[in-house]
Amino acid sequence: MAQKKAKIIERRNEVLAGLRKFGSKMYSQLDEGVFPTIDMPSRGTDNIMYDAALRQYILGERNVSRSARNIRHIKPFTQLAWAAMFSNELTSQRKTSTLRDVYYSAQAYEMTFTDQQESNNIITDLETLTGFAREDFHIFPEERSAIFGDLDIGYTVPGYEGKTLNLTSHPDGVLIGPALTSSELITTKANKVIAIEKGALFTRFIEENVHNKHKALLISCGGQAPRQTRSFIRRLHDELNLPVYILTDGDPWGMHIAQVIISGSANAAHLRDLNTPDAVWSGVWASDIIEYKLPTDPLDEVDIKRLYELQKDPRYQNDPIWQKEIKLFLKIKRKAEQEAFSRYGLTYIVDEYLPTKLKS
Amino acid sequence: MSKSKFFPWYAVNLKNKQQIYLALDREKTGKKRCWQQLAQATFDEISASDFFYRNRDIAGFTNPSRAIFAAIRELVENSLDAAESQKIPPEIYVRLSFEGEASKDTQIYKLRVEDNGSGIQPRFIPSAFGQVLFGSKYKLKQTRGTFGLGGKMAVLYGQVTTHQPAFVTSSTGQTKIYSFKLMIDIQRNRPIILDRKVLINKDNWRGTIVEFSLEGDYLRAMPKILDYFKQTAMVNPYANLTFVDPKGRLYKFTRATTEMPEPPKETLPHPYGVDVELLQRLIMVTPFNNMTDFLTGHFHRVGAVTALKFLIFSDLIVFTCSQHGKIPTDQIKLVDNKPVCPQCGKDAQSSTKNPKRLSHEEIVRLMQNLKKYKDFLPPDASCLSPLGEELLKTGVQKELNPEYLVVHQRKPSTYAGHPFIVEMAIAYGGGVPKRGSFVIYRFANKIPLLYDEASDVSYRVISAMNWRRYKVAPDMPIAIVIHICSTKVPYKTVGKEFIADRPEVRREEANAIRDVARQLQHFLSRQEHVHMEKKRLGIFSKYLPKIAQFSATLAGQERVPDIDKLLKSVQKYGAEES
Repeated sequence: MAQKKAKIIERRNEVLAGLRKFGSKMYSQLDEGVFPTIDMPSRGTDNIMYDAALRQYILGERNVSRSARNIRHIKPFTQLAWAAMFSNELTSQRKTSTLRDVYYSAQAYEMTFTDQQESNNIITDLETLTGFAREDFHIFPEERSAIFGDLDIGYTVPGYEGKTLNLTSHPDGVLIGPALTSSELITTKANKVIAIEKGALFTRFIEENVHNKHKALLISCGGQAPRQTRSFIRRLHDELNLPVYILTDGDPWGMHIAQVIISGSANAAHLRDLNTPDAVWSGVWASDIIEYKLPTDPLDEVDIKRLYELQKDPRYQNDPIWQKEIKLFLKIKRKAEQEAFSRYGLTYIVDEYLPTKLKS
Repeated sequence: MSKSKFFPWYAVNLKNKQQIYLALDREKTGKKRCWQQLAQATFDEISASDFFYRNRDIAGFTNPSRAIFAAIRELVENSLDAAESQKIPPEIYVRLSFEGEASKDTQIYKLRVEDNGSGIQPRFIPSAFGQVLFGSKYKLKQTRGTFGLGGKMAVLYGQVTTHQPAFVTSSTGQTKIYSFKLMIDIQRNRPIILDRKVLINKDNWRGTIVEFSLEGDYLRAMPKILDYFKQTAMVNPYANLTFVDPKGRLYKFTRATTEMPEPPKETLPHPYGVDVELLQRLIMVTPFNNMTDFLTGHFHRVGAVTALKFLIFSDLIVFTCSQHGKIPTDQIKLVDNKPVCPQCGKDAQSSTKNPKRLSHEEIVRLMQNLKKYKDFLPPDASCLSPLGEELLKTGVQKELNPEYLVVHQRKPSTYAGHPFIVEMAIAYGGGVPKRGSFVIYRFANKIPLLYDEASDVSYRVISAMNWRRYKVAPDMPIAIVIHICSTKVPYKTVGKEFIADRPEVRREEANAIRDVARQLQHFLSRQEHVHMEKKRLGIFSKYLPKIAQFSATLAGQERVPDIDKLLKSVQKYGAEES
C-alpha cells in the first residue's frame, strides 16, 4: 500500500518536473536573448496513426515548432506558458480545476482566450508537450460518470489523506472525479468490471443487486466515457486484474462508445494508458437484436453513414466481431436501445441476458 | 464703332433674326427641341430676347429655385472670366437680400454681384447687359460662358418677374466710373437706358457691379448654391468668394494662392471641327481669293505645305507645267514639298479656285474631305487654360483638406477638332466625407457641374473601373475631382450640366483616373503596411513580457529576463518567420 502511495507522489513529482523543465527552457532562451522555441509532435490528422501493437492511436514522427518569434505563434505560445504556470500552481498546491475554470482563470492574467475551444486546445498542447494528461495537472472536465461496487479506496487529496471509502456506500454510485481517480485502490471482492453506457441502466443494475449477483464493479459512462473514467477503468484492469465488459445500445454510436474504451480516441493520440485493450464489448449486438427479438427502431441515414465510416476505421479491424456486427446492422437496418430488454420484464436483462453474455 | 467687331462674328452677314437662331443652334445645341422652336419662329418672327424670354429653360431658368441658382452662377462666372482675362486674382462679392413675398413658394430677392475684373467700357455697358447675344465670348478660346447669354438672361428674368430695372456700375480703372439704370426692350432686343451717371474714380477702382431684383425660391436653391460656391472655390483657388445670403449669413471662401493659370489664347477653328455652315460663313467673310490662303488663313495649324497636300488630296488644285501643259493631280510629284512636273522635273504652276466661287456641292465635298484627310496636325492647347496640377492640388486641399491627395493632368487631346485637357484629382480621408460611394466633383472650364451626375461620362468611367484592383472600396472616404477644359466642352444638352460620352473623352478620363488610382493604391498599401507593422509590434510588446513573467514563475526564478533586446530586433527586421 505504501508502495502505491509513493507511486502517486512520484507521478506528481514527474509532472512538476516536466512543467518546470519547460519553464526553465523558455527562461534560459529569453535570458540569452533568443526567442523561445518549442518542438512537439504534430497532432495533424496526417500524423495520427494506429499502432496495432499498442492497440491505440499514436502520434507519428512529425514535429511542429512553435516560436515566439512568429507573429502567428506568439499568442498561443504565451497561452501555453501561462497554462504551464497555472498547472504548476495547481499541481504543487494539489488544487483541482476544470477546463471551464481554466478559461476564466486566464482572464485574471489578461490572457483572454477567444473561446472555450481555444483554451481547451492550449491544454491539449500542454499534454502533448509534456506527455502528461491534463488530469495529471489537476485539470478535470465536468464529471458525469459514476462507479458502484465493492471496492475500498484510500483518498490522497488534501484533508482526506488516510480516509477510506467502500464504493457501495452510496446507492447512486460515487462520482468518478479527481478525488476518486487520485485514490489508491485498496481491495475489492469483485471479479469483473461492467461499464454501462447509460445512467438509467446503471441504476437498474444497482437496484437489481447485479454487483453482488455477478461480483461486479458497475460504471456508468454517461454516454461517451470521459477521459478520467477511461483512465480509471484502465487502472481497475491493470491494478486489480479485473476483466472489463462494456454494455451499450445496439447502434453504431453505442458500439463506438465501447470501442473508445477499448482502443482510445484519435484526439488522445498524444497520451497513453487511457484505453483498456483487453476490455470486451458485450452488447447489445446486432445479432442480439435478432436472437432476443428486441423491439427496434429503423437505422436512419446518419446511422448508416456512421456504420460505413466505422467499417473502415483501423480500430475495427482487430476483432472479427466488429466487422460481423457492422455487416449485420447494415443488413437488418434496425437498432435497439439497452432498455429494449424491458419488454421481457424488469429483471430479464440481469437474470437472463447478462449471464449469457458474460459467459460468451 | 464697327458693328461686326462686337456682334457675333458669324452673324455679320445674317439677313434676318431667324438666322441667328440657326447659328446659335448650330453652335450650341444641335437639339431637336430648338429646331421645333425654329419652325414656329418661321411664321412668327420674334427678337432674340423675346425668343429666350419664351424659352427660359434653355438657359437654365426652369423654375424659381433653378432660376435663382442660374442667375448667381451666370454672374459669378462672368466676373471670374472678367478677372481672369486680365490675370487679376478675382475678388467677388455676392449678396442676395430679401425684398418681399411674391407667391406662396417664391420671394423677391435683390441680387448684387461685385467683382474686380476688367470692367466694361461705358459704351458697351447697355448692350452687354441689355441685349441678348451681345458678347465678348464669340471666339474660339476657353471661357466659362460661351454665348454671352447667361448674364443677360439673369437680367431679363429679373425684369419679367419683378418689372424692376437693373443697375450696372463699371470702370476699367480709368478716371471715371459709369453707372447705368437699364431695362430690356424684349420685343426689339435693345437696352433702354433709364439713367446714366458718371462719377470720378478717385480710388482707381476697377470692376463691375450688377444689381437687380428677381423672383426665386432661395430656400430650395440654397444647398445647390452653397455647393456651387464651395466647388467654384475648389477650382479657382486664387479667387476670393464672398456670399451673403438673405438671412444675413456670410460664406467666405478665401484664396489659397495668387498664382493663376495662363489665360487662354484665341485660336482659329481646326479643320476637323468644321461643318458646312461654318465654311459658308467663312467664305462670305474671307478676304482671300485662293484656296491655299483660305485654308492657311482661317484654320488652326494649317500651313502652306499642309494646305497644298490637302488640296491635292481633295483634288481642288490644278497644276500646269510650262512644257507639258496640264498635269493630272494624281501624277504630281512633290520635291521638298514643292510641286514638280513628273516628266521634266521642273517646278509646276498651281492654281486654285476662288473660295467665293465654290458651288454648294463643292463646299459639302470640301467639308467631307476636311474631315477625311488624316494628316492635319492636331490642335494645340494654347487656346486652353487648364488649372495645372499645382493649382488643382491647392484648390482641393483648401476645400476638402484630405489626408492624401494626388492630382494628374493629361496631355492635350482632341475630339472632332476641339482640343481638350482632362485634369483629375483623388482625395482620401481627412475632410472627405464617407458616404458609401465616391464623392464626385465635376468641372468643365472651371465651372462646377452640379446636376445629372449619373448621366456624365465620368460617372460611367468611375463605375466601370475595377476598383478592387486598386485596393479601393466604395465605403472609403474618397472624393474624385474631374476637370475637363476645352474650347468646346462636349455637353450633352443645353443645360451645361453633364459631359457627353465621347470615346476620346472617355479614354482620357479613364487613363487619368487609372493614374491617380494607382498612386492612391500605393498610398493605401503603404498605410496598411505601417498599420500592420504597428499592430505586429503591439502584439510582440503585449506577449513577450508575459512569456518572460510566466517562465520566470514556472522556472522558480526571481528575476524576470530582459526582453528589450528581442523587442528591438522585431522592430529592426520587420520580416517574420512563418
